[in-house]
Amino acid sequence: MSSFPEFLRLPLGVYVASFVDWLKITFSGPFDAVAGVFLWMLLRIEHFFLWLPWWLVVTGVIYLAWRGTRRPMLSITLGVLMLFIGGFGLWDLAMQTLAIVCGSVFVSLLVGIPLGILMAWNSTVESLVRPVLDAMQTMPSFVYLVPAMMFFGLGKVPALFATTIYAVPPIIRLTNLGLRQVPADVVEAGRAFGSTRLQILFKIQMPLATPTIMAGVNQTTMMALAMVVIASMIGARGVGEEVLIALGRLNVGQAFEAGVSIVILAIVLDRILQGFGKQREFGHRFMS
Amino acid sequence: MLTAAKVAVNNLTKVFGDHPAKALKMMKQGCSKKDIFEKTGQNVAVANVSFEIDTGEVFMIMGLSGSGKSTILRCLNRLVTPTSGSITIDGEDITALDETMLRQVRRKKLGMVFQQFALFPHRTVLDNVAYGLEVQGVPKQERVQRATAMLGLVGLEGWEGCYPAQLSGGMQQRVGIARALVCEPDILLMDEAFSGLDPLIRREMQNELLALQDRVSKTLVFVTHDLDEALKLGDRIAILKDGVLQQVGTPEEILMKPANEYVDSFVQDVDMSKVLTVEGVMKRAQVVLSQKDGPHVALHLMRENGLSSLFVVDKKRKLSGLVTADAAFAAAERGYETLEGILVRDIHTARLDTPIAELIQVLADTKFPVAVTNGDGRLVGVVVKGAVLAGLARKGRKQNNTFADR
Repeated sequence: MSSFPEFLRLPLGVYVASFVDWLKITFSGPFDAVAGVFLWMLLRIEHFFLWLPWWLVVTGVIYLAWRGTRRPMLSITLGVLMLFIGGFGLWDLAMQTLAIVCGSVFVSLLVGIPLGILMAWNSTVESLVRPVLDAMQTMPSFVYLVPAMMFFGLGKVPALFATTIYAVPPIIRLTNLGLRQVPADVVEAGRAFGSTRLQILFKIQMPLATPTIMAGVNQTTMMALAMVVIASMIGARGVGEEVLIALGRLNVGQAFEAGVSIVILAIVLDRILQGFGKQREFGHRFMS
Repeated sequence: MLTAAKVAVNNLTKVFGDHPAKALKMMKQGCSKKDIFEKTGQNVAVANVSFEIDTGEVFMIMGLSGSGKSTILRCLNRLVTPTSGSITIDGEDITALDETMLRQVRRKKLGMVFQQFALFPHRTVLDNVAYGLEVQGVPKQERVQRATAMLGLVGLEGWEGCYPAQLSGGMQQRVGIARALVCEPDILLMDEAFSGLDPLIRREMQNELLALQDRVSKTLVFVTHDLDEALKLGDRIAILKDGVLQQVGTPEEILMKPANEYVDSFVQDVDMSKVLTVEGVMKRAQVVLSQKDGPHVALHLMRENGLSSLFVVDKKRKLSGLVTADAAFAAAERGYETLEGILVRDIHTARLDTPIAELIQVLADTKFPVAVTNGDGRLVGVVVKGAVLAGLARKGRKQNNTFADR
């Protein structure tokens, strides 16, 4: 039996650890500032969701679903599903989960849409960012917990950070794709009439890319929801935490209720966002 | 020397590829487009093209696909940046402008109409037309008013609130034309504007464009691969092959004096009956009868001029009818004093710009010549069968002559 030779051993972990330590010390100011902003934002959102009366949330879901899909049966079903979460006694935890999802989707869009625009504008940026996105999407979601925890410790902020990192690739990709899919002759027409670059972006490209970008928002939201459950391991409060606790106690019933609640949240968010994504079709309703 | 031309294109060259300098060098050495592409991978789309366009002219750029015609058009508003050469519009060199100035030129001077319409699918017809004004920051009220008026001009009132997808191809292109005209540009660039339409609609749009041009009189630069369209619309036509200009001339010049064999082969299949007009084949009506003349005068004039019939006009030279030699002879025998009783009033008339094609059936059915009148009904000329046949045969004869000259 021959073991792996000692001289080939690469103590990468040691280097990484000291690099992160160095980063933390050198950039402690910026890190603290970012953490402060994230925390402030998250607490606002969480307070808001917890302040909302349950019946308002349920009617809100029904209303939004109807606005998005124009299907009354589906909308009412989604409202009833929300009632189940309350019935399981997980309402407040579900609202906390929603808060982190909203926060990380918000940050994802804030970062992802401009980055997607840059990629669409500049092929060099695209060729640099694309492999990074590929790598991010092949990486197991667990891995994102590590840097988040290293920089921000345990709690809401690292949970938001990890969730955002995990959820941001689709919105970047689909913003880029949506903008690039706008027919070249339409953009050319915009140029021929003397539009500036920003006028072309906001008056032509973005409106035409909206369905694709909305698909990106949908995917990002779904991924955020998936990650927020995992992020409960580093201190994200919410339904995910409930699953984690139930796992630890081998409490099948508790785990089932929490699991079903997460599925319900996913279905509700997905249907509503998909509805809004599909709405923008111009003039086809009257076509023969 | 300063030129009065609206648009002057001088030695325009466009090379697509990463190393245009290599291609330019090879072009100077006289290499062909094909050689340059094989050796350097550079695609010479337009090579040393020069021409001028006058104000109010309809200038057609014509060639097969890949001949560089659309590239030239896009150089005029710099959607494509020329590799070398200059383009001046109203004496201003377009190739030297910075982004801001270029935008101003695009906004104020140049309108463009696209092959596949390139309308904005997410905007209503009205907002499509108003787009050019919107990017210039024209206030909403004025924008709506001007766009609505322009839609009226192209015959689309009532469609303002629709989306392009709800309109037929012909209607979409009307929106495209209205969108290009709304900023009141001096020059309209039309890139195969009617090629995407089916033949009937295309002809209708061509006629409408000519009618519209009578009202707005823009300088039109129109790219097409359809020779019939070029001949029909164009005041002058530039013919391109592989990015090289072959000939610039009026439709008549292109048809009758093709500069080289390429142009010649191009125009070979043209239906002359559609291109030639009455004006080209008629004879001036020099000998006519007036209403007071009698049969003897008529017979005398016919004999003098070797004609078998004569038109009769009133004092204002307006056509009143036709007298044949047989009828005049019979009338003279019976001692009639005037031509009133033997006047043939049921005769066909044509205008100066009537295409010959429209006369062929008429001439086949009648034994009388066709009278040519101008706008106010006065007789200006006569068309007889023989002249039409000679006109249609003319192209062939000319061709034979040019070959004989060589």
